[in-house]
Amino acid sequence: MSATSEITLTIDDKEVKVAAGMTVLQAAQQAGIHIPTLCHHEKLEAFGGCRLCMVEVEARGWTSYVVSCLYPVAKDIVVRTRSQKVDKIRKVIVEELMAHAPDAPELVRLAEEYGADRERFERQESFCIVCGLCVRYCNEVKHENAVGFIDNGAKREISFIPEVAKKVCWECQECFALCPTSYAQAAYLLTEALAFPGQRKEPSRPAKGTQAGRRVIPIMPIMTA
Amino acid sequence: MPKLQSAAELEKFRAEILSSRDPARPCIAVCAGAACDGMDSAAVAAAFLAALDQQQLGDRLEVRTTGCHGYCEKGPNVVVTPGEICYFEVQPADVAEIIAATLKGEVVDRLVYQDPNTGAKAVHMHEVPFYKHQMRLLMGDNPKIDPMRIDDYLAVGGYSALVKALTQMSQDQVLDEVKKANLRGRGGGGFPAGSKWETTKKAPSMPKYVIVNGHEGESAAFMDRAMLTGNPHKVLEGLIIGAYAIGAQKGFMYTRHDMPLLEKHVRNALVQAKEYGLLGENILGSGFDFECELHFDVGIFVSGESSALMRSIEGNPPEPRPKYIRTSVSGIWDKPSNLNNVETWANVPQIISKGAEWFTSIGSEKSKGTKLISLSGNVVNSGIVEVPMGTPLRTLAFDIGGGVRDGKTLKAIHFGGAMGGSIPADLIDAPLDFDGMSKLGAPIGAGGLLLMDEDTDMVEVARYLLDFLVNESCGKCAPCREGMPQMLHILTNMTEGKGKSGDLERLEDLAEVTGLGSLCALGKTSADPLKSMFRYFKPEYEARIPGGSEAK
Amino acid sequence: MTDNSIDGIIEKYRGQPGSLIHALVEIQHQNRWLPRAVMHRVADALEVPFAQVMQIASFYKAFSLTPKGRHEVHVCTGMTCHLRGAPKLQARVEELTGLKDGETDADSRFTFETGACLGSCSIGPELIVDGKHYGRMTPEKVADVLKRYE
Repeated sequence: MSATSEITLTIDDKEVKVAAGMTVLQAAQQAGIHIPTLCHHEKLEAFGGCRLCMVEVEARGWTSYVVSCLYPVAKDIVVRTRSQKVDKIRKVIVEELMAHAPDAPELVRLAEEYGADRERFERQESFCIVCGLCVRYCNEVKHENAVGFIDNGAKREISFIPEVAKKVCWECQECFALCPTSYAQAAYLLTEALAFPGQRKEPSRPAKGTQAGRRVIPIMPIMTA
Repeated sequence: MPKLQSAAELEKFRAEILSSRDPARPCIAVCAGAACDGMDSAAVAAAFLAALDQQQLGDRLEVRTTGCHGYCEKGPNVVVTPGEICYFEVQPADVAEIIAATLKGEVVDRLVYQDPNTGAKAVHMHEVPFYKHQMRLLMGDNPKIDPMRIDDYLAVGGYSALVKALTQMSQDQVLDEVKKANLRGRGGGGFPAGSKWETTKKAPSMPKYVIVNGHEGESAAFMDRAMLTGNPHKVLEGLIIGAYAIGAQKGFMYTRHDMPLLEKHVRNALVQAKEYGLLGENILGSGFDFECELHFDVGIFVSGESSALMRSIEGNPPEPRPKYIRTSVSGIWDKPSNLNNVETWANVPQIISKGAEWFTSIGSEKSKGTKLISLSGNVVNSGIVEVPMGTPLRTLAFDIGGGVRDGKTLKAIHFGGAMGGSIPADLIDAPLDFDGMSKLGAPIGAGGLLLMDEDTDMVEVARYLLDFLVNESCGKCAPCREGMPQMLHILTNMTEGKGKSGDLERLEDLAEVTGLGSLCALGKTSADPLKSMFRYFKPEYEARIPGGSEAK
Repeated sequence: MTDNSIDGIIEKYRGQPGSLIHALVEIQHQNRWLPRAVMHRVADALEVPFAQVMQIASFYKAFSLTPKGRHEVHVCTGMTCHLRGAPKLQARVEELTGLKDGETDADSRFTFETGACLGSCSIGPELIVDGKHYGRMTPEKVADVLKRYE
């Protein structure tokens, strides 16, 4: 294996040596330091959408806040994965996302850790948190593009394309398990019911890794109080 | 028209143009800028041309449709040379009188400028208060140029800077001159253009691209469109010079899809420049090749953000990339791409022609040259103004702008549109300066300056600006996509008398996190107007919360 | 002579995924809206996933996924127009047409839209119908303007 240049940086007061070209998130993971993520997935290109992985970076005398999933490691930078500002960013983002999906298990866990109040902001109608895992997975891994983003800004959400979904989704279902809020599965089922009821292409053989035939993931609501 | 294949041929051609034009022959310039056009200046121009034809005056008088003169409030604008006699609010019915007077060397008294307070009249442009206090280095040529005629631009010395750059200067010398001039970006960032050019130039991969950002999404900023529609060749000349310095072979002009006249003028300019050999292969025999394409946005503000714009040119949705992936190193199709605003490019020819030293003699210590300002809001004289950096805001608002309309008093001044801020009227003596205005919390942005009168509700202004941005967000990152609507919701409640305790604290948290956590400048600066409101106008906000300032 | 029909536009950009936006803009301009079947044809010809065409078409407000009316009525809601009274103008148009922003009436007479800023701030607030500017508008003048458009 050819020698790649090594970068030394500091993460949470710990000296970390990694190969050049890595992101701060990868470096932290390698050093066993945890940074929360939501829209990140090993099989997918880093997205930088949820912003939960933001960290504080001190480089050449400047302090900035960057997403560790995209920020490249550089010599002598000082990274802090927790600080008053970093924690506040995470807390408020969790509160904003809980306005969509207050019961999503991952958000509930993060809320507890960062002291987020699930009812702080006005409740939003859709429980899609636009992490893009389903869209990107279907595009980058499955190459089917059965689900995509539509609209912009606060109105952005995911949408299954009926013409494609009816041919490929039931056999696959892999994005359902990726969705932090179970919205992907709900969106697929609603699309099917409205656009192609009874016309989905059933798998020719049982899909791998399940019980006989696929079935929908049961959603257990979080019982609070 | 055979291609001009050398600097000498260009200068010979220019001399021919000039010798064929009689400077003593009167010219009537009718403004076809956006506001004048909206007031049907086309009918005025048509009336002039019809009269010219009918009375067979073609060899005694010239009529020219031009780009924006700047005094939009008083359109349709007409300027008669020689003498730069300014006529305002001209209607087709006035045409006969203007022609008759011009032929006799006289002035139509009732159409000239009259001071609304003193009644004093001003005939010539340099006497009219609106124009008197300006330094119109960029806009000054507009009344002399029909944007559809490249010869008009050549007649005022156009493309001589390009000749100088290509034939007398090396790429490095051109770059050095722009760096020494300390030309700072005019699109809102204020970043040193020379520095950006250098990064692009030094980036290892090829090919390289240069881009004109003519998107101008900032609300109430209209000078970039006026510049590009009124004098597209000046911008193009700056672009070609920049491409030469950087080593780029391809350029893109990026603008809005909803301006048919702008599209027509730019397309035509590109065709004419190509015809004349100012674009294409071996420009003027220098060995430098450069092509330029026109691209359009599709109606969303975020496509003005430089990395989003580049995605748009590629055919992708305009999603911005984080700033630590510098577009000067990795931009369009991951190639080094130098993007600058229309006004920034327009400054380049004069820097090359007259030198960096001349340029740095204008302006303040760290903000050099002039700035185009779109003056509007509750102002008497709205329009496009050009002043040296360092000019006090008071000059802009009162001497040029004529103060607040309808006899009201000034409450606040807003800069930078939805990503800027408002400052109170008592800061009116602050100088126009990138860093100074940023420190005050009202960054110049692209240069849209609004006067707000005593009846303005500052909570409603913040609400309105967020309402605008909420529709323009791309939706990729959570702090912007979620934070802005939540701030909007709280502010809307406050304006409807439904403010509740805890609102200000939630607004402050949202403002902080949206500012720190957003991916691009749109989200990052979306809360800046609100922050300026909290800094200067907090009591108005506290009054909307039951219990007032105690119950924050 | 270039073929400006939808077929012509699609053929012009066949095999060029990078020209997706150009193609859609030209079709929108020609046809005044983007029917789903046409978007599928664009996806096939330009070799892009339909999901991407859908994302672009729904992202940008210049595209219309529903047919537009014969006349486009636009109220500028830029900052200057806003300060000079655009909200009242907008309310009056909504009242007279029965339409909210983005809607088309059942007779396909008007499509109503708001948006910023067309750069003619000095003559705000403005009503623009089929590209024609009606500057320095007041709510009282709106009815007369709209009457001119069948």
